[in-house]
Amino acid sequence: MQFLKLVLRNALRHKLRTGLTVAGLVVAILAFGLLQTVVDAWYAGAESAAPNRLVTRNAVSLTFSMPLHYREKIRAVDGVRAVGAANWFGGIYQDPKNFFPQFAIDPAPYFAMYPEYRIREDELRAFLRDRKGAVIGRKLAETHGFKLGDTIPLKGTIYPGTWPFTVRAIYDGAEAKTDTSQMFFHWDYVNETLKARAPRRADQVGVFVVQIDDPSRSAGIAQAIDRQFVNSLAETLTETEKAFQLGFVAMTEAIVVAIRIVSFVVIFIILAVMANTMAMTARERIGEYATLKALGFAPGYVARLVFGESIALALIGAALGIAATFPVSAAFGAKMGTLFPVFEVSGATIALQVACALAVGVAAAILPGRSAARIRIVDGLRAVG
Amino acid sequence: MSDDDSPPLISLRHVFKSYRRGGQAVPVLHDISFEVRRGDFLGLMGPSGSGKSTLLNLIAGIDKPDSGAVFVDGVDITGLGETELADWRAGAVGFIFQFYNLMPVLTAFENVELPLTLTHLPRRVRREHAEAALALVGLADRMEHYPSELSGGQQQRVAIARAIITDPKLVVADEPTGDLDRQSAEDVLALMDRLNVELGKTILMVTHDRRAADRAHAIMYLDKGELSTAGDLHERSVRDARG
Amino acid sequence: MKAIPLAYSVRNLWTRRLTTALTAGGMALVVFVFAAVLMLDAGLRSALVATGQPDSILVTRRAAGTEIQSGIERSQAAIVETSPEIATGPDGAPVVSKETVVLIAQPKRDTGVATNITVRGLGETGPLLRPQVRIVEGRMFRRGTTEIVVGTSIAERFERTGIGERLRFGGREWTVVGVFDGAGSGFDSEVWGDGDQMMQAFRRNAFSTVVARLADPASFDALKARLESDPRLTLDVKRERRFYEEQSEVLSNFIRILGLTLSVIFSVGAMIGAMITMYAAVANRTAEIGALRALGFRRGAILVAFLAEALALAFVGWAVGIAAASAMTLVRISTMNWQSFAELAFSFRLTPEVVGQSFVFALAMGLAGGVLPALRAARLKIVDALRAA
Repeated sequence: MQFLKLVLRNALRHKLRTGLTVAGLVVAILAFGLLQTVVDAWYAGAESAAPNRLVTRNAVSLTFSMPLHYREKIRAVDGVRAVGAANWFGGIYQDPKNFFPQFAIDPAPYFAMYPEYRIREDELRAFLRDRKGAVIGRKLAETHGFKLGDTIPLKGTIYPGTWPFTVRAIYDGAEAKTDTSQMFFHWDYVNETLKARAPRRADQVGVFVVQIDDPSRSAGIAQAIDRQFVNSLAETLTETEKAFQLGFVAMTEAIVVAIRIVSFVVIFIILAVMANTMAMTARERIGEYATLKALGFAPGYVARLVFGESIALALIGAALGIAATFPVSAAFGAKMGTLFPVFEVSGATIALQVACALAVGVAAAILPGRSAARIRIVDGLRAVG
Repeated sequence: MSDDDSPPLISLRHVFKSYRRGGQAVPVLHDISFEVRRGDFLGLMGPSGSGKSTLLNLIAGIDKPDSGAVFVDGVDITGLGETELADWRAGAVGFIFQFYNLMPVLTAFENVELPLTLTHLPRRVRREHAEAALALVGLADRMEHYPSELSGGQQQRVAIARAIITDPKLVVADEPTGDLDRQSAEDVLALMDRLNVELGKTILMVTHDRRAADRAHAIMYLDKGELSTAGDLHERSVRDARG
Repeated sequence: MKAIPLAYSVRNLWTRRLTTALTAGGMALVVFVFAAVLMLDAGLRSALVATGQPDSILVTRRAAGTEIQSGIERSQAAIVETSPEIATGPDGAPVVSKETVVLIAQPKRDTGVATNITVRGLGETGPLLRPQVRIVEGRMFRRGTTEIVVGTSIAERFERTGIGERLRFGGREWTVVGVFDGAGSGFDSEVWGDGDQMMQAFRRNAFSTVVARLADPASFDALKARLESDPRLTLDVKRERRFYEEQSEVLSNFIRILGLTLSVIFSVGAMIGAMITMYAAVANRTAEIGALRALGFRRGAILVAFLAEALALAFVGWAVGIAAASAMTLVRISTMNWQSFAELAFSFRLTPEVVGQSFVFALAMGLAGGVLPALRAARLKIVDALRAA
């Protein structure tokens, strides 16, 4: 207790310097936490993937489609419980900046496969009844203020023309990490409109979402599905939903890696600041350390004083920085809107923040602590006069 | 030799000064009036906290009295603004401090040259003056050394060279021998003597040191903010006393 | 007002070497991040600008954001082809390439994970419209065959793209017969082949885009107005350069906004470091400040001297930071461009603007960190400062 009191009182002796150092720590820990959360958000899709869902796409690339009749063939594969078609719509709502995912889906099997999208019974029925209806997520509704009954006009890029959809249902996520920034509408409606406008492009599916009975058989079932279509015009590639989502992340891997690296750069910046502070502080107190040693305190005690102060500062800064991470993340996530649909501070991030702060506190104190412990009493006392 | 007929170099009239300490005004100087003639070498002595340094600061233009006038070489410096005071000090006063106050990162030469950088003199001229000043104090061979490479006595001599480089009429010294051993103190005091006798500088010195006080022509005592003199300023003759 | 010699400020940094190193080091890291972000953005833009020719146009279906989303019917392509503004080649035929652009997923060499790469089926004048492209290994593909050539970035990063190897798509095998250098443009990340062959393989009836050369670059506006108001056509006509520039906007904005936000946040940390250092400097040299004022230096001179010290600190940080950033020019980034959904490789590019902007940024940090301590130094009363001795 005595030791702790000494450490804290020492820290408060130079209020300006201590205050500035802690402020620097707060900024650094906050920035670090924010960046780690951005990286987490990148992987959010993969995180919320279910083990009993597979995704089937054209083997050449996601930008090629598959014929609609594949649906029945996939359904017939052993182990498959349900199949739903899904096409990436890629429309623009007012301005390309207002990006959010839109999918044309087989409504009946799709929502059964995604129990994490919680929809009210009556709203789902209203959607099923209205061919031009749409289901939107809570985050999307909040971002643009959409309410039940509103019309959302989308300007098609892949499917040309203007497409108005009516909001019939708003879904909530079962967990915090569920994406509620999406919009779903009827695949049939899009397809029929396409048959009228550009018949050659109709009856083409972007991906099939496949629900299977037994997740442990996913590899075998995936291969069985793909075997169905070998040597056909549109060969398929089936993988678990997680692998599919990770594929996207992998394509922009360079950026994710860069952000991770940069998040540690800020830790090094604050390490330099802390080390500087501790070095200056220790240098100014040489006389006191020498006096303590003259009085009989062991060199280890003096070193512990230095470490204690450094770690105490680091932990205070970390605590404040972590506390600030939550509101700042929330604000950032709200600002990003549907670009980062899931923006949650994870437990792992907080643990990392604490670990980094501790590491900084320890590292900054190593050299000053060592030289303080080693100071010769005679030299130290002379330096005072 | 002091010139009795010329006007005094320094003239204080009814000077008052007090400091604020925790809301209270603590009087330091109380109704001080006196004169210093050109060429005088005056010692200021008194117990701690008697206001000696404060008095020195007022005369040197680095502090202002609460009331009263301070005339130096005909100029009432209490009427000068801060910028004017700075410019005035640069030409009129030389400083010698107890702890030398040299710039550790400048060489002896650069320290001595420093006051000249406030003038418009070209570099070559500055160099000549600085070298001459250092030669005067006997440190021509240590020009390129940094203060940390010089002894206390040597540092003080560099400070003296700095103090006279702009050829000021007045040199103020605050405990110049306070941090020196006996021999160095002797050397410094001898130098100050030469400044007074050979270069005609008026010297005002605050000191605790008896030996330093002996070098002065006259001593003024300051106690509880009031002045008293031991011996009349105008009647003591330097040459006679010292031979 | 006469200033205190600069040597005073600079040498004080040298005296406290450890502190100077740590503080400048923090600033250097911030400058590094700042410069690296700007360099990345510059690299991205130059890659995409280099992709387009100043006298070429690129025609897509209206409102199609990318080449792969676009589809142009043969009849519409013919109308574009016969426009008078289009340049004619040495053989008298218009310099027009009707192209088929698709994405195929191929595994990368280092990770084995599949990434989309652009496959472009060129018309006969396709290579002519891209004068910056040169074959560096092997040869160009022959028309009427399933031969393909790959860009240097593809050959480097993707499996099965060496000369003699085969890629499988559209139900056929395509043989790599050459590697081309796209001069740092987006084409470095593409695979080229015969457009007619590809249309057949993918059973397409429509082209993706039409690229053409203008006889007179200034006639662009007239051509654009005419084609876009033609009721038979549903097309967007853009200068080729502008089209590719737009392709990078989202990624470029993201890099710039995220990067600059981070730099500003980081700079707060470095600035605090500078402030701590300068406050300590003032505190340690209080007696010197008093002496300087006594000698006749004005408050302003003191302020300038300490600001100069902070700026010199920032300068050192900048020099180290920019040197480290310039090492990044050796690094090439390969990522998916969100808008085109395809692989794009580009590098860090050090431009005079980056050097200048990072210099100003560093000085701003030094100024922000040094101003309060310098003011404290300047505001000291002479007697107080000397008393501290």
